Amino acid sequence: MSQEKTQTPQPARRPTGSFKHEPLSFEYPRHGHSGVAFRPLDVPEQDPARAMPGASLRQDGLERLPQLSEFDVVRHFTRLSMYNVAIDSAMYPLGSCTMKYNPRINETVARLPGFTGMHPLQPDGLSQGLLELMHILLEALKEITGFAAGTLQPAAGAQGELTGVLLIRSALEARGEHRRYMLVPDSAHGTNPASAHLAGFQVREVRSIKDGPAKGTVDTAHLAEMMDTEVAGLMLTNPNTLGVFEPEIVRIAEIVHAKGGYIYCDGANMNAQVGITRPADYGMDVIHLNLHKTFSTPHGGGGPGAGPCLCTAELEPFLPVPRVVKEGGEKDSGGKEPSYRLEWNAPQSIGKVATFHGNVGIMVRALSFILAMGPAGLREMTETAVLNAVYLRHMLKGVLKASTEAPTLHEVVFSDEGLATHGGINTMELAKRLMDYGFHPPTVYFPLTVPGALMVEPTESEPRAELDRFVEAIKAILAEADTNPELVKTAPHSAPRTRLDETRAARKPVLRWTPPE
Amino acid sequence: MRYIPNNAPVREDMLRQMGIPEIGELFRSIPEQLQYKRSLEVPGPLAEDEQLDLFRQLSEKNLDQGHALNSFLGAGAYRHASYLVADSLLQRGEFLTAYTPYQPEISQGTLQAIFEFQTFMTMLTGMEVANASMYDGASACAEAVLMADRLKNGRQRVLLAQSLHPLYREVVRTHTRFMGLELDTLGLEGGGAPGSSGRVDAAALKSALGDDVACVVVQQPNFFGVVEDLAPLAEAAHSAGALLIVVVNEALSLALLEPPGAAGADIVVGEAMSFGVPLYFGGPYLGFMAARDEFKRQLPGRIAGETVDTHGERGFVLTLATREQHIRREKATSNICTNQNLVMLTALINLTLLGREGLLETGRRNVSHLGYFRGGLAGLTGYRETFGGPVFNEITLTCPRPAADIVHGCLKRGVLPGLDAARLLKPGGGPPDADRLLVVAITETSRREEIDALLAALREEGK
Repeated sequence: MSQEKTQTPQPARRPTGSFKHEPLSFEYPRHGHSGVAFRPLDVPEQDPARAMPGASLRQDGLERLPQLSEFDVVRHFTRLSMYNVAIDSAMYPLGSCTMKYNPRINETVARLPGFTGMHPLQPDGLSQGLLELMHILLEALKEITGFAAGTLQPAAGAQGELTGVLLIRSALEARGEHRRYMLVPDSAHGTNPASAHLAGFQVREVRSIKDGPAKGTVDTAHLAEMMDTEVAGLMLTNPNTLGVFEPEIVRIAEIVHAKGGYIYCDGANMNAQVGITRPADYGMDVIHLNLHKTFSTPHGGGGPGAGPCLCTAELEPFLPVPRVVKEGGEKDSGGKEPSYRLEWNAPQSIGKVATFHGNVGIMVRALSFILAMGPAGLREMTETAVLNAVYLRHMLKGVLKASTEAPTLHEVVFSDEGLATHGGINTMELAKRLMDYGFHPPTVYFPLTVPGALMVEPTESEPRAELDRFVEAIKAILAEADTNPELVKTAPHSAPRTRLDETRAARKPVLRWTPPE
Repeated sequence: MRYIPNNAPVREDMLRQMGIPEIGELFRSIPEQLQYKRSLEVPGPLAEDEQLDLFRQLSEKNLDQGHALNSFLGAGAYRHASYLVADSLLQRGEFLTAYTPYQPEISQGTLQAIFEFQTFMTMLTGMEVANASMYDGASACAEAVLMADRLKNGRQRVLLAQSLHPLYREVVRTHTRFMGLELDTLGLEGGGAPGSSGRVDAAALKSALGDDVACVVVQQPNFFGVVEDLAPLAEAAHSAGALLIVVVNEALSLALLEPPGAAGADIVVGEAMSFGVPLYFGGPYLGFMAARDEFKRQLPGRIAGETVDTHGERGFVLTLATREQHIRREKATSNICTNQNLVMLTALINLTLLGREGLLETGRRNVSHLGYFRGGLAGLTGYRETFGGPVFNEITLTCPRPAADIVHGCLKRGVLPGLDAARLLKPGGGPPDADRLLVVAITETSRREEIDALLAALREEGK
């Protein structure tokens, strides 16, 4: 291995050794080191240029890559980790994201070599354990949602959503209908219209009711007006983004189905429903679930998730391939042991959405969670998640303005009405100041239908004492804003960084490290 | 339930405080007839030791690569070393249990990691910008095609190399099916006949190109393991005003081969699971995307950028968000919201640990191991290397009888010799004699005695 010339690290802006100023790995001194050692080569060494005649080889020698010892790497990433707030260290009430406890046993079972070492194309006979596991998980998800069929393949919620919309599109095409429009409520998550667009639909917005007790729910009169035989269906989040169960859900399904449309249900808010109500039972045709929300798989700083898609028997023929099929093992199979195989042949299938079978490692964790909970535990999960959110809403009455008078379930959205009377602060400033009190802020400015929205979802994981502390923190911040608004407006003060200049980042993008001139 | 801190007495007390008689009241907004009154028929609850038992039993019903099974199956999912430090670090709760860095002041760990990963990917691909990662190689490929479609507005045709991984082609088809694109196939030089190079037919490319072609998609090394000569392909594509998308699904090749950016690629996408991500039956894996700087505002997915805080300290934020669905809705560059952050971190830590020296050494060892296999192959009767072009990490053999039979026979000898290519190639969608093609992946993790066992099994089955 060649010895590189040592490069001087970039000067640190604060005294070295400060935990808040970890350099980039590329800025460390480079001494020709590597953090790995190799066993002796057990075959004759070959020269790449001679082994690959006619191939163009790299000329730059990758000379700017880091050259660190194993311990340098451990310290580097340990320091980086310390700059993150996570659900393990703080309440993380990010509305619509369901930040709940990620059980540690799930990490252990997910690392069993009989799972991690499995090749996706190995013969089915060698993969029986994982195929069985996928079958058990899918059966559980079918039971939880009430649907007849499903796929585990989508890699994330957005891909599950796209899968769902493609199923609708394919079912319509199979009937010889080329419907052009997809309806999306104005309160929907941005992925809904984006996914509809990818399935070739033009998006039309359905209004939500603007006033009164039903504020924020679907305006069924407007829906009925919009729904015709040019419309493929409706993409609906239920409970909606305000945490309100659509009171007219049965009527909504009737309106859409009467004109031959389908309803895609966004399962983002399943944590309000498991064991309490089932989307298939209230007339939905297809749903995606986020295993990383409801079923506790780690969010990991933004993935990997998994977005299984469940549907009615009518949409089943269009599901992605391959599908896990169980054979034998039933009472009438004459005592034959069950076996599992992947079925690739489905002429009406939308095809493949992911390279192989989806995020199988996430499926293992989700099943582990479901098994730890059991039926009663799942219901207890939903009940407690809703109780915690309702409790927060109750305790913040008169402090923050809830966006709706209607009962809410697993999350509550506050508007910024009256907030500015406290020293002129806004939602973002309140959110940033929460960091100094040891909380990850809630979701801010979503849904777009609520002015200055602050969307709080505590999940079942937060103990009452932490909920109380959150309420006290909000009250304390408003009191601070009354007397010393600058303190709030310039928050956070105790985080690894103060407010970052996002405008500068977007105007003059620096998206990679480059060697100093 | 052991995960839920507020137990029944606490819940009762909370309800009492709010003046709510019982917990069912919380759900009164759900119409009575829609409430599920039965108990869900799902298994459980299980205690921790019961969970461990059950998952161990399930895992033992599988035969995993490299332990129970001597496998040479690759085809887009490759076995490479992952170092213990990577898994140990990413299990830190601060990485594991954080979410998308929406609040940059308290997410600098994740953001700086993304920025470092983007830097690695630009260096490896020879491109100017890279995103924070995508779901997997095939969906990244589909996103690249959609991106090219946006950049070349009005051009409807896409030329996909026949030597692009068949499952990638399938995923591209699914994702573009209703976007009004026409997918055409670009064949192999000489029709892939025996002894031909196994590379893309550059002459056919020239005649297929026209002012209606948005992009040309080729894989490097291709599905058959053959290393393409990218520069002439880029030149041809550009002369017709089309973009060249290079798909890399064996990312270790980037250690040794000319970076696609240097050869003229416009967008480089692929699968980076080779940087220490477990095989895991196909996922979670690590899609990536890199592009020329001028295309940065059309990239899908998350991107971290450098900036400063109010004290002038360097920090990182998610940037160029005006491309994304939460702002642009149906006009967004993609519907994706997350990256594969934790998998990105696995790859990033492994890359950092390997560093320059380790990465180059891994690549060279890979070459030596494949070379050893090819040396042994020369002494086997009945088998031949299908193509004459240079190969990296994977090689296609023409077998003396159908590859499915060879695979079946070798399995009885405890060896999974590779992929029976016809399993994935559509009838008529591959080179001649597709049913006899075996695609064998030999990585630096294949030990000499394992390769010897493969050669012995092939010899016996080839008789």
